[in-house]
Amino acid sequence: MIRAEELTFDYERLDEEGNVESKKRAVDHVNLHIRPGKFIAVLGHNGSGKSTLAKHINAILMPAEGTLWVDGMDTKEEGKLWSIRQEAGMVFQNPDNQIIGTVVEEDVGFGPENLGVPTDEIWRRVEESLGAVGMLKYRHHSPNRLSGGQKQRVAIAGVMAMHPRCIVLDEPTAMLDPHGRASVIQTARKLNREEGITIILITHYMEEVVEADHIFVMDQGKIVMQGDPRTIFSRVEELKRLRLDVPQATLLAFELQKRGIPLPDGILSNEELVDRLCQLKSKM
Amino acid sequence: MLRDITLGQYYPAKSIIHQLDPRVKLVTTMIFIISLFVAKGITGYAVATLFLVMAVRMSRVPFKYITKGLKAVFMILMITVVFNLFLMDGEIELWRFGFLRITDKGVRTAGFMALRLIYLIIGSSIMTLTTTPNDLTDGLERLLSPLKRIHVPVHEIAMMMSIALRFIPILLEETDKIMKAQMARGADFESGNLIRKARAMVPLLVPLFISAFRRANDLAMAMEARCYHGGEGRTKMKPLHYESRDKTAYAVVWGYFLLVTAITWFQRQYGVMLL
Repeated sequence: MIRAEELTFDYERLDEEGNVESKKRAVDHVNLHIRPGKFIAVLGHNGSGKSTLAKHINAILMPAEGTLWVDGMDTKEEGKLWSIRQEAGMVFQNPDNQIIGTVVEEDVGFGPENLGVPTDEIWRRVEESLGAVGMLKYRHHSPNRLSGGQKQRVAIAGVMAMHPRCIVLDEPTAMLDPHGRASVIQTARKLNREEGITIILITHYMEEVVEADHIFVMDQGKIVMQGDPRTIFSRVEELKRLRLDVPQATLLAFELQKRGIPLPDGILSNEELVDRLCQLKSKM
Repeated sequence: MLRDITLGQYYPAKSIIHQLDPRVKLVTTMIFIISLFVAKGITGYAVATLFLVMAVRMSRVPFKYITKGLKAVFMILMITVVFNLFLMDGEIELWRFGFLRITDKGVRTAGFMALRLIYLIIGSSIMTLTTTPNDLTDGLERLLSPLKRIHVPVHEIAMMMSIALRFIPILLEETDKIMKAQMARGADFESGNLIRKARAMVPLLVPLFISAFRRANDLAMAMEARCYHGGEGRTKMKPLHYESRDKTAYAVVWGYFLLVTAITWFQRQYGVMLL
């Protein structure tokens, strides 16, 4: 679905004459391969290059070196630009700054309109995508009156209506309250499971990635760790060094382990921790 | 204070006016504005008032909501009234103090001018309150589409307008927020003379502009990410076509305009000035 080879990108600072004054490497020789239908998470603290990487998938940024393929299409090919953007939709961080329409359904229709989809089909898609994110009853509302989480779900519906095979969510929950955060992540998971859409979730909240199929951890533009959540979260010390917060249950299990309580590595949820502790207790 | 500007805010409701084709509403607003400048005297304005009252009633937008928009232009209104009141030269002097004098003609002109401005704002508010900006843009785009032939970027203009309208409430909210944040740090927007007040606006406007640019950047990216590439090859979710009610509305509006013009013409022709 998505493949990157030696992907590199520099942010250039230009002086007044337009010459390159300094360069900051944001993505540094990244190689990755994402299979269709997976739920992928990209973790990293601020400035680790994860958002820059995300913008490459949607061909908003072009690699300075290396290549990125979306469904076999090289993002550097001019002619493929719109097919790539249709194939790989993108949801951004700020819910206000990505809603174009003044009524929910008009916003969802914006993408298909741009693609030149016939009118009847647009309406069908709008209904279908609003239904998929559970926002159908707000279709005539003004986006200004929705909560942050609802706005993000509308934004997801807006991408869905373009029938992408992959949705990149670039820190969609960073500006939301816990409730909104949960609803957005739930929606993303549901789309992944039920519609088979590849989800690439960029975030720095560890709790959100517990159920991902595969995690990439980025630091200073490089992928420093990858694997399933269990493997990643068993490396607590390393994650701490990368300034990432481990889920509380994992952290507690890790500390208990250090004190000599025989718990397995990579406990992810409260329930799991409780289960394990109860098992231990019954053995005693 | 800033939240009171209703211009450009859609008021969702189900009414005949809401359902009208945006082109009808745009043309109607234009005709209504022109009619306000054509109309002379009480009869003309009575007809305009009748028309406006009818439109307000049919729009099902609470009258209070519409008049909120007036507060924002209250100052301009007052200035116009004061100037007209004192500077118009008439025959019958009503009041005099030094070089200031109010004449009958001054009162008349000031009154009509105030009425004209108020009607103008209410009229255009009804249009923006009952039409979603997207519809408005579509209507404008279609109305202006002949200009494409002379290379006027009609679609782009229409898009810019609709985005501006969408961001008005967001930026107002932001202004409010920045104002409070600066007030919490001891900024004073209320006291002092005009120059000091103007200077106090700087710490308000600078962050507002920065944030507006940031938003514009984000929005442009979001639009591109959703395959926006100008008007070419774009389909419409809500394509415009005239229904029978739109034709009726056109008939009513033109009827109204003819009536106002006829009244004015009649008054001028026969000198029958009913005031």
